[in-house]
Amino acid sequence: MKFGVLVFPGSNCDYDTFYILKDVLRQKSVLLWHKEHDLKNVECVILPGGFSYGDYLRSGAIAKFSPLMQEVKEFALRGGLVLGICNGFQVLLELGLLPGAMLRNKNLKFLCQHVQIRVENSKTPFTHKTKKGQVLKIPIAHFDGNYFAPPETLLELKRNDQIVFCYCNGEGKLSEESNVNGSVESIAGLMNKEGNVMGMMPHPERASELILGSEDGRCIFESVINYLKS
Amino acid sequence: MKARILVSLKDIVLDPQGQTVKNALHTLGYDFVQDVRQGKVFELELKGVSREQAEKAIVEISDKVLANPIIEKFSWQILE
Repeated sequence: MKFGVLVFPGSNCDYDTFYILKDVLRQKSVLLWHKEHDLKNVECVILPGGFSYGDYLRSGAIAKFSPLMQEVKEFALRGGLVLGICNGFQVLLELGLLPGAMLRNKNLKFLCQHVQIRVENSKTPFTHKTKKGQVLKIPIAHFDGNYFAPPETLLELKRNDQIVFCYCNGEGKLSEESNVNGSVESIAGLMNKEGNVMGMMPHPERASELILGSEDGRCIFESVINYLKS
Repeated sequence: MKARILVSLKDIVLDPQGQTVKNALHTLGYDFVQDVRQGKVFELELKGVSREQAEKAIVEISDKVLANPIIEKFSWQILE
């Protein structure tokens, strides 16, 4: 089994993600209910977008205590590939598998729109089919996507090349205007120091078929598929 | 016994909700309000534990669940 997509009560992007992996990219994939204790030997775990536990308390705050998250944590510590998308990213931050935290969007609006993100690191299992500096058009849909990390953590992230995506404009330049949610240093996605866990706020599963307006998200899944083959 | 826990954003974190409330207060004429920070209140009803056990549990609960220590701070008190 290649891919496992976690399902929490309130997840709503699980099926979209599962559909892209299973039907579009033709990978052996399975949905994993949060109360299970079995990752079914998947090679990559994906935490999908949505509103797990209604975003009660804080986005992702309660999902981190789900039974299956213990297995996910151990899988990640063993070097297994983990991708957190939107709410999935929030869960990984709350769990401490990724550094930093999410705040309410700076303009206090739920943002639902296509954005451009720039690849900062193309040498990861999730981006090696892209080029550094490449601009991807992928939609966001979030209220709490304002990434925050204290100064010492930011230094670490830069030192270890952990920043994977930044919000940018069409020309690939970072600006206050293109940083729609106010994230520190326009960070849209980052990974852990070991490079096996990545979180991103934009939804690549909503940009994997041209009919939805962009296919730019596909290369992220294709990078993982390719990485697992080798 | 009852415990009251206050959770608020750390000072180094921007609080746009607090700013929005402050602007609303200024519109209403309370321009002497210099700053507003918005937080959360949790009230826990505890039974069958000693005061010492309760205090230890409150700190653990606040640190692990109620607050995100990266962006939030907390304070607590036991109400008799």
